[in-house]
Amino acid sequence: MSTPTAGRADGRKRVVVLDYGSGNLRSAERAVAHAGADVVVTADPEQALAADGLVVPGVGAFAACMAGLTDVGGPGLIARRVAEGRPTLAICVGHQVLFDAGIEHGVRAPGCAVWPGLVEQLAVQRLPHMGWNTVEPPAGSGLFAGIEDERFYFVHSYGVRMLAETPGRTVTWAEHEGDRFVAAVEEGPLWSTQFHPEKSGEAGTALLRNWVATL
Amino acid sequence: MSVAVRVIPCLDVHEGRVVKGVNFVDLRDAGDPVELGSVYGHEGADELTFLDVSASVEGRRTTLDVVRRTAETVLIPLTVGGGVGSVGDVDGLLRAGADKVSINTAAMRRPEVITEITQRFGNQVLVLSVDARRSAATPSGFEVTTHGGRQSAGVDAVEWAARAAELGVGEILLNSIDADGTTDGFDLEMIRAVRAVVDVPLIASGGAGRAEDFPPAVAAGADAVLAATVFHFGTVRISEVKQAIRDAGYPVRLGAA
Repeated sequence: MSTPTAGRADGRKRVVVLDYGSGNLRSAERAVAHAGADVVVTADPEQALAADGLVVPGVGAFAACMAGLTDVGGPGLIARRVAEGRPTLAICVGHQVLFDAGIEHGVRAPGCAVWPGLVEQLAVQRLPHMGWNTVEPPAGSGLFAGIEDERFYFVHSYGVRMLAETPGRTVTWAEHEGDRFVAAVEEGPLWSTQFHPEKSGEAGTALLRNWVATL
Repeated sequence: MSVAVRVIPCLDVHEGRVVKGVNFVDLRDAGDPVELGSVYGHEGADELTFLDVSASVEGRRTTLDVVRRTAETVLIPLTVGGGVGSVGDVDGLLRAGADKVSINTAAMRRPEVITEITQRFGNQVLVLSVDARRSAATPSGFEVTTHGGRQSAGVDAVEWAARAAELGVGEILLNSIDADGTTDGFDLEMIRAVRAVVDVPLIASGGAGRAEDFPPAVAAGADAVLAATVFHFGTVRISEVKQAIRDAGYPVRLGAA
């Protein structure tokens, strides 16, 4: 068969889903694979550093997630990949721990402090914010290219309600019962989403495809 | 701009197979929950719920395999319930690929298990499932039932929902035993009564017969609507339910999964 080589397995990008004990790994694994990458789930720092793309998932409480991430050297890994311009995508609590700190039940836990800002409980009646919501990506967002009007699946009670949009930093907002919070950030090689693209059906797959295309 | 009302088909799974009849479009195997889950995903289901009605250990093991295979193919949230009583049960289901787990009788027997589960996995993973019926014996006029609605638990359903929400469940699935199977519509008074005392998302279940039955449940305070038989028999399509909810002025997600 004289088929073109494009699209063959050896041309696929390699993505590591960072395994640091924060559930949801299989979902992230198969969703990224569905979006066209070869995926390995591991905590091995060498593989995580060398991968074309790194996915940092996250489920549960901020402090527990940060502790698990720290145990596998996650904050250093992320910092190195950012410094080297290597793409990293953080999801849900993985997104939250990129900020300065999180406040849960009055207790402040430090985050990776890549971005300035606090993760705090949304000031709304209906919590958790659970389900499919719209987002407001600004013009030029690579993450939301072609899927600006889709809904994505959110499950969270905490969020970042202030983040400056600087040159080079694209911030996508969402809203729940009038409270606005950061739904996604794109800054250089580091992208993150508060929602779960791996649970967001075809829209989520399209978003992950947008990310894989940058690898 | 607000979160969409979720439409959730529910599958009763017994030893790895769908029970209660399924009468549906071109299925190779109407009893396979994985295939049916995938069909519902393509039809626009916002989540899937599996209720494991297996009694045997072997049956539960088979269900875990079904959860695993479903999570491989369906890219929307999956809730699994039935026989969940401990942190270990939840851990097993989450590892198999469930996103949320629903708990019922075991939480009533030992309410501390709610805190044990949510402290470990977060509030968002735990759905309290309440099978309730009208009763003159409780203050709210609604009581919790067990054994598929045949027995009274002697507990006020509205009080129990409020207490479970305080203990930390992330969501409440309210099933009306009186309305279940009648196709006469949801028990709106029951939805209103529970809505009045909890802030967590509320899923209404029981009684839907037509697409027009769903919007009133939303008006009564439901954040999501769940049904089984009407979807399995194709009496009502998920898209029709969404259209009806949308026509009533509530947001829905129109894309397929």
